[in-house]
Amino acid sequence: MNTAFITDWIDEITRLVAAEREHLTALDAAIGDADHGANLDRGFAAVRTALSARPPGTPGDALVLLGGTLIRKVGGASGPLFGTFFRQAGKTLGDSPEVSPAELAAALADGLAAVRALGSAEEGDKTMVDALTPAVRALEQAVQDGAGRRKAFDAAARAAEEGARATVPLRARKGRASYLGERSMGHLDPGALSSALIMRALHISASGSR
Amino acid sequence: MKKIINAVDTVVTDALTGLAAAHPELRVDLDTRVVYRANAPRPGKVGLVSGGGSGHEPLHAGFVGYGMLDAACPGEIFTSPVPDQIVEATTAVGGGAGVLHIVKNYTGDVLNFEMAAELCADEGVEVARVLVDDDVAVRDSLYTAGRRGTGATLFVEKIAGALAEEGAPLAEVAAIGNEVNARSRSFGVALSSCTTPAAGKPTFELAEGEVELGIGIHGEPGRSRAPAGTARELVRVAMDALQAHLPLSGDTLVLVNGMGGTPLIELYIAFAEVDAYLREHGATAARSLVGNYVTSLDMQGFSVSVCTLTDELTRLWDAPVRTPGLRWGP
Repeated sequence: MNTAFITDWIDEITRLVAAEREHLTALDAAIGDADHGANLDRGFAAVRTALSARPPGTPGDALVLLGGTLIRKVGGASGPLFGTFFRQAGKTLGDSPEVSPAELAAALADGLAAVRALGSAEEGDKTMVDALTPAVRALEQAVQDGAGRRKAFDAAARAAEEGARATVPLRARKGRASYLGERSMGHLDPGALSSALIMRALHISASGSR
Repeated sequence: MKKIINAVDTVVTDALTGLAAAHPELRVDLDTRVVYRANAPRPGKVGLVSGGGSGHEPLHAGFVGYGMLDAACPGEIFTSPVPDQIVEATTAVGGGAGVLHIVKNYTGDVLNFEMAAELCADEGVEVARVLVDDDVAVRDSLYTAGRRGTGATLFVEKIAGALAEEGAPLAEVAAIGNEVNARSRSFGVALSSCTTPAAGKPTFELAEGEVELGIGIHGEPGRSRAPAGTARELVRVAMDALQAHLPLSGDTLVLVNGMGGTPLIELYIAFAEVDAYLREHGATAARSLVGNYVTSLDMQGFSVSVCTLTDELTRLWDAPVRTPGLRWGP
């Protein structure tokens, strides 16, 4: 996978986030402060501008630019957290012009570790970690089993979607939803859903079928 | 949704344009989104920088000026500012004596200020932080993000600002900020949700005759719902919650704060009940503030913040202040 593949992925995330903007905001209204969709949409729009202003030379470069822009432009908790996910993944990829699915899986695992460290969140806290952790696990497993990249990315996306759905009954222990205590139960975590969108976008861009 | 706005996406910029036009004593950088005291930095004075999501006006930009903040970083509505803004503000107001970040305890604010502080350290600016977490509605435990920062932020900004104005070093300014936070607690009650411009509809639904107890300042639902009672009953719920966390006694600084959509006449009714409650518990409202200071857009409701005073804190509270939102003394 080359730089163009990564920028396609970013375009696909941008499209999905824009399409789900109202849904994400509505989920956030239930247990947070009603701005998740708007903030991510604004962040990815800024990423598009940044990418055309300074076209990245490598896949790693593209992810670092993506992450850095989210950190600088989004604000809230999602800016630093999503930004750190991509920025760390990009740093792990380094400056190779082509990356394999196994290398991408390892990079995303590093990104996830950085997110967990920054937000000190564990699985089950009702956060983005609940979608990304099973996604990375499924991706690593699929790659290890020798699955093709479309299949591997699909497995990752499915695991993320399942992880996101599984946040519904959980009681939030991190972020603004934690203030609600038991009242946070019965709601899908918006950050987990946007994480699932990110993984689904990866599958869509590998399938070339929009 | 009916609001006095031009477009959802330009709410913060348009408001800052108005702030700049109304207050020539401030310098408002619309590109980097930082509001400065016109004469910052002052050599040798500790700089005070705060910031947070917009929608809480006059917090924080309205508290920039003599005796309070040197700079404020307004984020999008209810969204913390980004590290770039904070770095810009911090490096600009650093007069060589270091800079104090006053941060409300929300995950987003904490992360963005932390990232900014690291970047500032790289540039050789010494930064200390006061984390404000006064809201007793949130249980501070391993299972939450910890108590939120609400009304006491104003107390910290005013008192630390006064001490910085006297030329105290960074460690002392940070210490008094932490002391104020430790001596302060808040509790809020909502009669209605707020409506963010982006969502266009109320963040939560509240039936006629119902109130939300223990709300924060972002329209996030509170701890529980209850039937709407009299002012006396609502204040009693708030004061009992405060009293459970911070035994009330002696001279007390009291803020009865409107959430943005509450008539002042109701806030004064609430203040009368707060005053009566304090007397019953052997405390005195030695200093008081009634009005809209730490708001939540158009939410109807109020919060009560108390700070148990010392002579030093009273002296610093009384010190002159000249900002758009708070102004007294010569």
